[in-house]
Amino acid sequence: MKELNTDILVVGGGPAGLSAAAEAAGIGANVLIAEGDLHLGGQLVKQSHKFFGSKDEFAGTRGFEIARLLRDEIARCGDRVKTMLNTTITGYYPDENVVTAMIGEEEYIRVRPKKMVVASGAQERLIPFPNNDIPGVYGAGAVQTLMNVYGVVPGKKVLMIGAGNIGLIVSYQLMQAGVEVTAILEAMPRIGGYWVHAAKVRRLGVPILLRHSIGRALGDNFVTGALINELDEKFNPTGSPEHVECDTICLAVGLTPSNELLWQAGCKMKYVPFLCGHVPLRDKNMRTSNAGVWMAGDVCGIEEASAAMIEGRIAGMSAAASLGFKVSDDNFEKYRLRLKNLRAGEVGEKIRIGVSDVTVDGWEANS
Amino acid sequence: MDLISSHPVLNFEHRAKVSFCFDGKEMEGFEGEPIAMALHANGVKIYRYTPERKRPRGFFCAIGKCSSCFMVVDGVPNVRTCVTPLKRGMKVETQSGRGAIKLFPGEGA
Repeated sequence: MKELNTDILVVGGGPAGLSAAAEAAGIGANVLIAEGDLHLGGQLVKQSHKFFGSKDEFAGTRGFEIARLLRDEIARCGDRVKTMLNTTITGYYPDENVVTAMIGEEEYIRVRPKKMVVASGAQERLIPFPNNDIPGVYGAGAVQTLMNVYGVVPGKKVLMIGAGNIGLIVSYQLMQAGVEVTAILEAMPRIGGYWVHAAKVRRLGVPILLRHSIGRALGDNFVTGALINELDEKFNPTGSPEHVECDTICLAVGLTPSNELLWQAGCKMKYVPFLCGHVPLRDKNMRTSNAGVWMAGDVCGIEEASAAMIEGRIAGMSAAASLGFKVSDDNFEKYRLRLKNLRAGEVGEKIRIGVSDVTVDGWEANS
Repeated sequence: MDLISSHPVLNFEHRAKVSFCFDGKEMEGFEGEPIAMALHANGVKIYRYTPERKRPRGFFCAIGKCSSCFMVVDGVPNVRTCVTPLKRGMKVETQSGRGAIKLFPGEGA
Protein backbone atom coordinates (compact mmCIF):
# COMPACT_ATOMS: atom_id res chain seq x y z
CA MET A 1 0.00 0.00 0.00
CA LYS A 2 1.24 3.44 -0.89
CA GLU A 3 2.38 5.48 2.08
CA LEU A 4 2.68 9.25 2.45
CA ASN A 5 4.60 11.21 5.07
CA THR A 6 3.84 14.73 6.16
CA ASP A 7 4.51 17.09 9.03
CA ILE A 8 0.84 17.80 9.54
CA LEU A 9 -2.20 16.01 8.20
CA VAL A 10 -5.29 18.17 8.12
CA VAL A 11 -8.46 16.10 7.99
CA GLY A 12 -11.09 18.12 6.17
CA GLY A 13 -10.72 21.03 3.74
CA GLY A 14 -13.49 23.25 5.07
CA PRO A 15 -13.09 26.65 6.74
CA ALA A 16 -11.38 25.17 9.82
CA GLY A 17 -9.06 22.84 7.92
CA LEU A 18 -8.00 25.40 5.32
CA SER A 19 -7.27 27.97 8.02
CA ALA A 20 -5.22 25.42 9.96
CA ALA A 21 -3.28 24.42 6.85
CA ALA A 22 -2.55 28.01 5.82
CA GLU A 23 -1.35 28.93 9.28
CA ALA A 24 0.86 25.85 9.74
CA ALA A 25 2.36 26.17 6.27
CA GLY A 26 2.84 29.90 6.83
CA ILE A 27 5.39 29.20 9.54
CA GLY A 28 7.16 26.46 7.66
CA ALA A 29 5.39 23.12 8.16
CA ASN A 30 4.57 20.78 5.32
CA VAL A 31 0.86 20.07 5.27
CA LEU A 32 -1.35 17.50 3.60
CA ILE A 33 -5.06 18.24 3.41
CA ALA A 34 -7.38 15.26 2.95
CA GLU A 35 -10.81 16.34 1.76
CA GLY A 36 -13.63 13.87 1.20
CA ASP A 37 -15.57 16.01 -1.23
CA LEU A 38 -14.63 17.08 -4.77
CA HIS A 39 -13.64 20.62 -3.83
CA LEU A 40 -12.03 22.63 -1.04
CA GLY A 41 -14.09 25.03 1.04
CA GLY A 42 -16.41 22.64 2.86
CA GLN A 43 -19.91 23.90 3.37
CA LEU A 44 -18.87 27.48 2.63
CA VAL A 45 -19.14 26.77 -1.09
CA LYS A 46 -22.93 26.58 -0.89
CA GLN A 47 -23.47 29.58 1.37
CA SER A 48 -24.77 32.27 -0.94
CA HIS A 49 -25.64 34.69 1.85
CA LYS A 50 -23.45 37.33 3.42
CA PHE A 51 -21.89 36.45 6.76
CA PHE A 52 -22.44 38.32 10.02
CA GLY A 53 -20.00 38.78 12.84
CA SER A 54 -16.68 40.52 12.62
CA LYS A 55 -14.88 42.13 9.68
CA ASP A 56 -11.81 40.10 10.69
CA GLU A 57 -13.86 37.00 9.87
CA PHE A 58 -15.22 38.32 6.55
CA ALA A 59 -18.52 39.75 7.79
CA GLY A 60 -20.45 41.11 4.81
CA THR A 61 -18.85 38.60 2.45
CA ARG A 62 -20.82 35.74 0.90
CA GLY A 63 -19.86 32.26 2.06
CA PHE A 64 -18.71 30.96 -1.33
CA GLU A 65 -16.51 34.05 -1.70
CA ILE A 66 -14.91 33.32 1.70
CA ALA A 67 -14.18 29.81 0.40
CA ARG A 68 -12.43 31.35 -2.62
CA LEU A 69 -10.33 33.62 -0.37
CA LEU A 70 -9.25 30.62 1.70
CA ARG A 71 -8.40 28.62 -1.44
CA ASP A 72 -6.32 31.56 -2.68
CA GLU A 73 -4.49 31.63 0.64
CA ILE A 74 -3.75 27.90 0.30
CA ALA A 75 -2.54 28.42 -3.27
CA ARG A 76 -0.09 31.07 -2.05
CA CYS A 77 1.47 28.48 0.28
CA GLY A 78 2.81 26.74 -2.82
CA ASP A 79 4.35 23.30 -2.41
CA ARG A 80 4.07 23.39 1.34
CA VAL A 81 0.42 22.44 1.18
CA LYS A 82 -0.62 19.38 -0.75
CA THR A 83 -4.28 18.63 -1.25
CA MET A 84 -6.02 15.34 -1.87
CA LEU A 85 -9.66 15.63 -2.92
CA ASN A 86 -12.28 12.84 -2.83
CA THR A 87 -10.13 11.35 -0.08
CA THR A 88 -11.72 10.13 3.12
CA ILE A 89 -9.70 9.33 6.22
CA THR A 90 -11.15 6.00 7.29
CA GLY A 91 -9.15 4.99 10.31
CA TYR A 92 -6.47 5.96 12.81
CA TYR A 93 -4.07 3.42 14.28
CA PRO A 94 -2.47 4.98 17.37
CA ASP A 95 0.04 2.16 17.91
CA GLU A 96 1.71 2.83 14.60
CA ASN A 97 0.62 6.49 14.37
CA VAL A 98 -0.75 5.81 10.95
CA VAL A 99 -4.04 6.75 9.30
CA THR A 100 -5.70 5.03 6.38
CA ALA A 101 -7.25 7.02 3.58
CA MET A 102 -9.63 6.01 0.83
CA ILE A 103 -9.23 7.80 -2.49
CA GLY A 104 -12.46 7.65 -4.44
CA GLU A 105 -14.18 4.37 -3.64
CA GLU A 106 -11.52 1.74 -4.20
CA GLU A 107 -7.98 2.99 -3.65
CA TYR A 108 -6.50 2.87 -0.17
CA ILE A 109 -3.30 4.50 1.08
CA ARG A 110 -1.60 5.06 4.40
CA VAL A 111 -0.55 8.43 5.76
CA ARG A 112 2.05 8.82 8.45
CA PRO A 113 1.72 12.34 9.87
CA LYS A 114 3.88 13.76 12.61
CA LYS A 115 0.84 15.67 13.86
CA MET A 116 -2.80 15.77 12.88
CA VAL A 117 -5.49 18.47 12.88
CA VAL A 118 -8.97 16.97 12.74
CA ALA A 119 -11.40 19.38 11.10
CA SER A 120 -13.93 16.86 9.87
CA GLY A 121 -16.98 19.01 10.43
CA ALA A 122 -20.46 17.77 11.13
CA GLN A 123 -23.36 15.87 9.73
CA GLU A 124 -27.07 16.58 9.66
CA ARG A 125 -29.43 15.10 12.19
CA LEU A 126 -32.43 13.03 11.28
CA ILE A 127 -35.70 12.95 13.23
CA PRO A 128 -37.93 9.89 13.46
CA PHE A 129 -41.29 9.81 11.66
CA PRO A 130 -42.90 7.17 9.45
CA ASN A 131 -41.48 7.13 5.92
CA ASN A 132 -38.55 9.40 6.81
CA ASP A 133 -36.31 7.20 4.66
CA ILE A 134 -38.02 7.61 1.30
CA PRO A 135 -36.50 9.69 -1.49
CA GLY A 136 -37.59 13.30 -1.24
CA VAL A 137 -36.76 13.53 2.46
CA TYR A 138 -33.44 15.35 2.30
CA GLY A 139 -31.09 17.10 4.64
CA ALA A 140 -31.49 20.86 4.27
CA GLY A 141 -27.75 21.21 3.78
CA ALA A 142 -27.88 18.58 1.07
CA VAL A 143 -30.56 20.50 -0.77
CA GLN A 144 -28.41 23.59 -0.48
CA THR A 145 -25.53 21.70 -2.10
CA LEU A 146 -27.77 20.41 -4.88
CA MET A 147 -29.08 23.83 -5.82
CA ASN A 148 -26.34 26.29 -4.85
CA VAL A 149 -23.28 24.32 -5.89
CA TYR A 150 -24.61 22.29 -8.80
CA GLY A 151 -27.56 24.42 -9.93
CA VAL A 152 -30.03 21.54 -9.85
CA VAL A 153 -33.68 22.25 -9.02
CA PRO A 154 -34.29 20.18 -5.87
CA GLY A 155 -38.09 19.95 -6.18
CA LYS A 156 -41.23 21.94 -6.91
CA LYS A 157 -42.74 22.33 -3.46
CA VAL A 158 -40.71 22.06 -0.29
CA LEU A 159 -41.80 21.56 3.31
CA MET A 160 -39.06 22.75 5.68
CA ILE A 161 -38.70 21.16 9.12
CA GLY A 162 -36.93 23.47 11.55
CA ALA A 163 -36.80 27.25 11.92
CA GLY A 164 -33.22 27.54 13.08
CA ASN A 165 -30.76 29.47 10.92
CA ILE A 166 -30.26 26.62 8.44
CA GLY A 167 -34.01 26.09 7.97
CA LEU A 168 -34.61 29.80 7.47
CA ILE A 169 -31.63 30.45 5.20
CA VAL A 170 -32.24 27.40 3.01
CA SER A 171 -35.94 28.34 2.69
CA TYR A 172 -34.96 31.77 1.41
CA GLN A 173 -32.39 30.29 -0.95
CA LEU A 174 -34.97 27.82 -2.29
CA MET A 175 -37.13 30.77 -3.23
CA GLN A 176 -34.15 32.48 -4.86
CA ALA A 177 -33.84 29.34 -6.98
CA GLY A 178 -37.50 29.60 -7.94
CA VAL A 179 -38.77 26.80 -5.69
CA GLU A 180 -41.98 27.14 -3.67
CA VAL A 181 -41.69 26.69 0.11
CA THR A 182 -45.06 25.59 1.51
CA ALA A 183 -44.29 26.15 5.17
CA ILE A 184 -41.57 26.02 7.80
CA LEU A 185 -42.41 23.88 10.84
CA GLU A 186 -40.82 24.48 14.22
CA ALA A 187 -41.50 22.25 17.24
CA MET A 188 -40.42 24.92 19.70
CA PRO A 189 -42.71 27.81 20.65
CA ARG A 190 -40.24 30.29 19.11
CA ILE A 191 -38.03 30.72 16.08
CA GLY A 192 -34.52 29.43 16.71
CA GLY A 193 -32.64 31.38 14.03
CA TYR A 194 -31.79 35.06 13.71
CA TRP A 195 -34.71 37.44 13.37
CA VAL A 196 -33.34 38.91 10.15
CA HIS A 197 -33.45 35.52 8.39
CA ALA A 198 -36.98 34.84 9.66
CA ALA A 199 -38.13 38.28 8.50
CA LYS A 200 -36.87 37.62 4.96
CA VAL A 201 -38.99 34.48 4.52
CA ARG A 202 -42.00 35.97 6.23
CA ARG A 203 -41.88 38.98 3.90
CA LEU A 204 -42.14 36.52 1.02
CA GLY A 205 -45.26 35.05 2.60
CA VAL A 206 -43.93 31.71 3.85
CA PRO A 207 -45.74 30.67 7.04
CA ILE A 208 -43.56 29.67 10.00
CA LEU A 209 -45.72 27.31 12.04
CA LEU A 210 -44.47 27.22 15.64
CA ARG A 211 -45.31 24.23 17.84
CA HIS A 212 -45.75 22.12 14.73
CA SER A 213 -44.00 19.00 13.55
CA ILE A 214 -44.18 16.42 10.82
CA GLY A 215 -46.19 13.27 11.62
CA ARG A 216 -45.52 11.28 8.45
CA ALA A 217 -44.10 11.58 4.98
CA LEU A 218 -46.57 10.41 2.33
CA GLY A 219 -45.66 8.42 -0.77
CA ASP A 220 -44.56 4.90 -1.67
CA ASN A 221 -41.51 5.50 -3.83
CA PHE A 222 -40.91 9.18 -3.19
CA VAL A 223 -42.49 12.04 -1.29
CA THR A 224 -45.93 13.14 -2.47
CA GLY A 225 -46.98 15.04 0.64
CA ALA A 226 -46.84 15.12 4.40
CA LEU A 227 -49.09 14.99 7.44
CA ILE A 228 -48.28 17.67 9.97
CA ASN A 229 -49.46 18.20 13.53
CA GLU A 230 -49.72 20.90 16.08
CA LEU A 231 -47.86 20.01 19.29
CA ASP A 232 -48.98 20.51 22.88
CA GLU A 233 -46.86 21.75 25.79
CA LYS A 234 -45.23 18.35 26.09
CA PHE A 235 -44.45 18.14 22.35
CA ASN A 236 -47.17 15.53 21.77
CA PRO A 237 -49.33 15.84 18.65
CA THR A 238 -52.68 17.45 19.31
CA GLY A 239 -55.77 17.77 17.13
CA SER A 240 -56.15 16.07 13.78
CA PRO A 241 -53.24 15.97 11.35
CA GLU A 242 -53.24 18.37 8.43
CA HIS A 243 -52.33 17.30 4.90
CA VAL A 244 -49.62 19.33 3.16
CA GLU A 245 -48.80 18.99 -0.52
CA CYS A 246 -45.08 18.80 -1.26
CA ASP A 247 -42.56 16.73 -3.22
CA THR A 248 -39.60 17.49 -0.97
CA ILE A 249 -39.21 17.51 2.81
CA CYS A 250 -36.12 19.28 4.08
CA LEU A 251 -34.80 18.41 7.52
CA ALA A 252 -33.10 21.32 9.23
CA VAL A 253 -33.13 19.85 12.71
CA GLY A 254 -29.55 20.39 13.70
CA LEU A 255 -26.07 19.06 13.17
CA THR A 256 -23.88 16.73 15.15
CA PRO A 257 -20.05 16.58 15.16
CA SER A 258 -18.39 14.03 12.83
CA ASN A 259 -16.13 12.88 15.62
CA GLU A 260 -15.33 9.24 14.73
CA LEU A 261 -11.63 9.85 14.17
CA LEU A 262 -11.27 11.61 17.51
CA TRP A 263 -12.81 8.63 19.28
CA GLN A 264 -10.37 6.36 17.46
CA ALA A 265 -7.49 8.60 18.48
CA GLY A 266 -8.46 7.99 22.09
CA CYS A 267 -9.19 11.67 22.75
CA LYS A 268 -11.02 12.28 26.00
CA MET A 269 -14.59 13.12 25.02
CA LYS A 270 -17.58 14.62 26.78
CA TYR A 271 -21.23 14.94 25.84
CA VAL A 272 -22.06 18.63 25.76
CA PRO A 273 -25.64 19.45 24.69
CA PHE A 274 -24.77 23.09 23.93
CA LEU A 275 -22.10 21.89 21.49
CA CYS A 276 -24.57 19.37 19.98
CA GLY A 277 -22.87 16.08 20.79
CA HIS A 278 -19.75 14.34 22.03
CA VAL A 279 -16.75 16.63 21.74
CA PRO A 280 -13.13 16.31 22.85
CA LEU A 281 -11.63 18.07 25.82
CA ARG A 282 -9.21 20.73 24.61
CA ASP A 283 -6.58 23.10 25.84
CA LYS A 284 -6.52 26.77 24.81
CA ASN A 285 -4.50 25.83 21.70
CA MET A 286 -7.14 23.35 20.47
CA ARG A 287 -5.02 20.32 21.33
CA THR A 288 -6.86 17.18 22.40
CA SER A 289 -5.76 14.80 25.18
CA ASN A 290 -3.79 12.96 22.46
CA ALA A 291 -0.46 14.83 22.16
CA GLY A 292 -0.45 14.36 18.39
CA VAL A 293 -4.00 15.48 17.64
CA TRP A 294 -5.55 18.94 17.36
CA MET A 295 -9.07 19.86 16.30
CA ALA A 296 -10.98 22.80 14.86
CA GLY A 297 -14.42 23.71 13.62
CA ASP A 298 -17.74 21.92 13.95
CA VAL A 299 -16.12 18.64 15.01
CA CYS A 300 -15.33 20.21 18.37
CA GLY A 301 -18.82 21.70 18.78
CA ILE A 302 -21.43 22.99 16.34
CA GLU A 303 -20.83 26.69 15.81
CA GLU A 304 -20.38 29.01 12.83
CA ALA A 305 -17.78 29.08 10.09
CA SER A 306 -16.34 32.31 11.50
CA ALA A 307 -15.39 30.54 14.73
CA ALA A 308 -14.19 27.49 12.82
CA MET A 309 -11.69 29.60 10.88
CA ILE A 310 -10.14 31.09 14.02
CA GLU A 311 -10.02 27.73 15.77
CA GLY A 312 -8.31 26.36 12.67
CA ARG A 313 -5.67 29.09 12.77
CA ILE A 314 -4.96 28.42 16.44
CA ALA A 315 -4.82 24.64 15.92
CA GLY A 316 -2.60 24.90 12.83
CA MET A 317 -0.17 27.24 14.54
CA SER A 318 -0.02 25.16 17.68
CA ALA A 319 0.50 21.89 15.81
CA ALA A 320 3.34 23.45 13.80
CA ALA A 321 4.84 24.99 16.94
CA SER A 322 4.96 21.54 18.54
CA LEU A 323 7.27 20.49 15.69
CA GLY A 324 9.63 23.36 16.44
CA PHE A 325 8.38 25.95 13.96
CA LYS A 326 8.52 29.45 15.41
CA VAL A 327 5.31 31.19 16.46
CA SER A 328 4.99 34.34 18.50
CA ASP A 329 2.71 34.27 21.53
CA ASP A 330 1.15 37.49 20.25
CA ASN A 331 -0.37 35.59 17.36
CA PHE A 332 -2.07 33.14 19.69
CA GLU A 333 -3.34 36.01 21.81
CA LYS A 334 -4.66 37.82 18.74
CA TYR A 335 -6.68 34.84 17.56
CA ARG A 336 -7.95 33.99 21.03
CA LEU A 337 -9.19 37.56 21.42
CA ARG A 338 -10.98 37.38 18.07
CA LEU A 339 -12.65 34.14 19.12
CA LYS A 340 -13.69 35.67 22.41
CA ASN A 341 -15.19 38.69 20.68
CA LEU A 342 -17.07 36.48 18.25
CA ARG A 343 -18.62 34.56 21.12
CA ALA A 344 -19.53 37.65 23.14
CA GLY A 345 -23.09 38.69 23.86
CA GLU A 346 -26.35 36.86 24.13
CA VAL A 347 -26.02 34.85 20.91
CA GLY A 348 -22.77 33.28 22.03
CA GLU A 349 -23.88 32.35 25.52
CA LYS A 350 -24.56 28.66 24.93
CA ILE A 351 -21.28 28.26 23.07
CA ARG A 352 -19.39 29.99 25.89
CA ILE A 353 -20.92 27.70 28.48
CA GLY A 354 -20.32 24.63 26.32
CA VAL A 355 -16.72 25.47 25.51
CA SER A 356 -15.83 26.29 29.10
CA ASP A 357 -17.20 22.88 30.05
CA VAL A 358 -14.56 21.09 27.93
CA THR A 359 -11.59 23.44 28.12
CA VAL A 360 -8.72 22.34 30.36
CA ASP A 361 -5.80 24.41 31.66
CA GLY A 362 -3.24 21.99 30.31
CA TRP A 363 -2.34 18.35 29.87
CA GLU A 364 -0.19 16.20 32.11
CA ALA A 365 3.36 15.98 30.83
CA ASN A 366 3.16 12.36 29.73
CA SER A 367 -0.29 12.51 28.12
CA MET B 1 -31.97 18.41 -17.19
CA ASP B 2 -33.91 20.30 -14.53
CA LEU B 3 -31.45 23.11 -13.84
CA ILE B 4 -31.90 26.51 -12.20
CA SER B 5 -32.30 28.89 -15.13
CA SER B 6 -31.69 32.21 -13.43
CA HIS B 7 -30.45 33.14 -9.99
CA PRO B 8 -30.08 36.55 -8.29
CA VAL B 9 -26.74 35.73 -6.65
CA LEU B 10 -25.11 32.68 -8.22
CA ASN B 11 -23.63 31.90 -11.61
CA PHE B 12 -23.26 28.23 -12.33
CA GLU B 13 -20.16 27.24 -14.25
CA HIS B 14 -20.39 23.72 -15.53
CA ARG B 15 -17.79 21.63 -17.28
CA ALA B 16 -18.51 19.65 -20.43
CA LYS B 17 -21.86 17.95 -20.87
CA VAL B 18 -21.34 14.20 -21.18
CA SER B 19 -23.64 11.25 -21.67
CA PHE B 20 -23.87 8.32 -19.28
CA CYS B 21 -26.07 5.31 -18.92
CA PHE B 22 -28.59 4.84 -16.09
CA ASP B 23 -30.28 1.41 -15.94
CA GLY B 24 -29.95 1.10 -19.70
CA LYS B 25 -31.18 4.63 -20.48
CA GLU B 26 -28.93 7.29 -21.90
CA MET B 27 -28.77 10.50 -19.87
CA GLU B 28 -26.75 13.70 -19.82
CA GLY B 29 -24.84 15.26 -16.99
CA PHE B 30 -21.82 17.44 -16.32
CA GLU B 31 -18.40 15.89 -16.25
CA GLY B 32 -16.73 15.96 -12.85
CA GLU B 33 -19.91 16.75 -10.93
CA PRO B 34 -21.29 14.10 -8.57
CA ILE B 35 -23.31 11.32 -10.20
CA ALA B 36 -26.15 11.87 -7.70
CA MET B 37 -26.62 15.46 -8.86
CA ALA B 38 -26.81 14.42 -12.51
CA LEU B 39 -29.42 11.79 -11.68
CA HIS B 40 -31.50 14.24 -9.69
CA ALA B 41 -31.37 16.73 -12.55
CA ASN B 42 -32.69 13.93 -14.79
CA GLY B 43 -35.61 13.27 -12.43
CA VAL B 44 -34.19 10.02 -10.99
CA LYS B 45 -35.05 9.83 -7.29
CA ILE B 46 -34.61 6.16 -6.37
CA TYR B 47 -30.94 5.16 -6.20
CA ARG B 48 -31.17 1.83 -4.39
CA TYR B 49 -33.42 -0.61 -2.51
CA THR B 50 -32.57 -1.71 1.03
CA PRO B 51 -31.46 -5.34 1.66
CA GLU B 52 -34.18 -6.47 4.07
CA ARG B 53 -37.35 -4.51 3.47
CA LYS B 54 -36.65 -3.39 -0.10
CA ARG B 55 -37.30 0.24 0.82
CA PRO B 56 -36.41 2.84 -1.80
CA ARG B 57 -33.54 5.15 -0.95
CA GLY B 58 -32.14 8.22 -2.68
CA PHE B 59 -30.16 11.35 -2.21
CA PHE B 60 -29.88 12.45 1.43
CA CYS B 61 -26.73 14.04 2.91
CA ALA B 62 -24.71 15.01 -0.19
CA ILE B 63 -21.41 14.81 1.73
CA GLY B 64 -20.58 11.12 1.52
CA LYS B 65 -21.50 10.30 5.08
CA CYS B 66 -24.94 8.65 5.17
CA SER B 67 -24.83 5.77 2.61
CA SER B 68 -28.33 6.53 1.30
CA CYS B 69 -27.15 7.13 -2.28
CA PHE B 70 -25.13 3.93 -2.78
CA MET B 71 -25.36 2.63 -6.35
CA VAL B 72 -23.59 0.26 -8.68
CA VAL B 73 -21.20 2.27 -10.85
CA ASP B 74 -19.26 0.54 -13.63
CA GLY B 75 -19.93 -2.74 -11.86
CA VAL B 76 -18.74 -1.56 -8.43
CA PRO B 77 -21.46 -1.64 -5.74
CA ASN B 78 -21.87 0.74 -2.77
CA VAL B 79 -20.44 3.74 -4.59
CA ARG B 80 -21.22 7.00 -2.80
CA THR B 81 -22.73 8.73 -5.80
CA CYS B 82 -22.96 12.11 -4.03
CA VAL B 83 -19.16 12.44 -3.98
CA THR B 84 -18.19 10.40 -7.02
CA PRO B 85 -17.51 12.45 -10.14
CA LEU B 86 -19.43 11.67 -13.30
CA LYS B 87 -17.41 10.53 -16.30
CA ARG B 88 -18.37 10.15 -19.94
CA GLY B 89 -19.89 6.75 -20.69
CA MET B 90 -20.29 5.71 -17.05
CA LYS B 91 -22.68 2.85 -16.38
CA VAL B 92 -24.83 3.67 -13.34
CA GLU B 93 -27.29 1.14 -11.97
CA THR B 94 -29.92 1.10 -9.22
CA GLN B 95 -28.54 -1.07 -6.42
CA SER B 96 -30.60 -3.84 -4.86
CA GLY B 97 -29.54 -4.94 -1.42
CA ARG B 98 -25.89 -5.02 -0.47
CA GLY B 99 -24.46 -5.62 -3.90
CA ALA B 100 -21.82 -8.18 -4.72
CA ILE B 101 -18.21 -7.20 -4.24
CA LYS B 102 -15.72 -8.34 -6.84
CA LEU B 103 -12.67 -9.55 -4.96
CA PHE B 104 -10.66 -10.33 -8.05
CA PRO B 105 -10.85 -8.94 -11.56
CA GLY B 106 -13.24 -11.01 -13.66
CA GLU B 107 -15.14 -12.41 -10.71
CA GLY B 108 -18.91 -12.19 -11.22
CA ALA B 109 -20.79 -9.30 -9.66
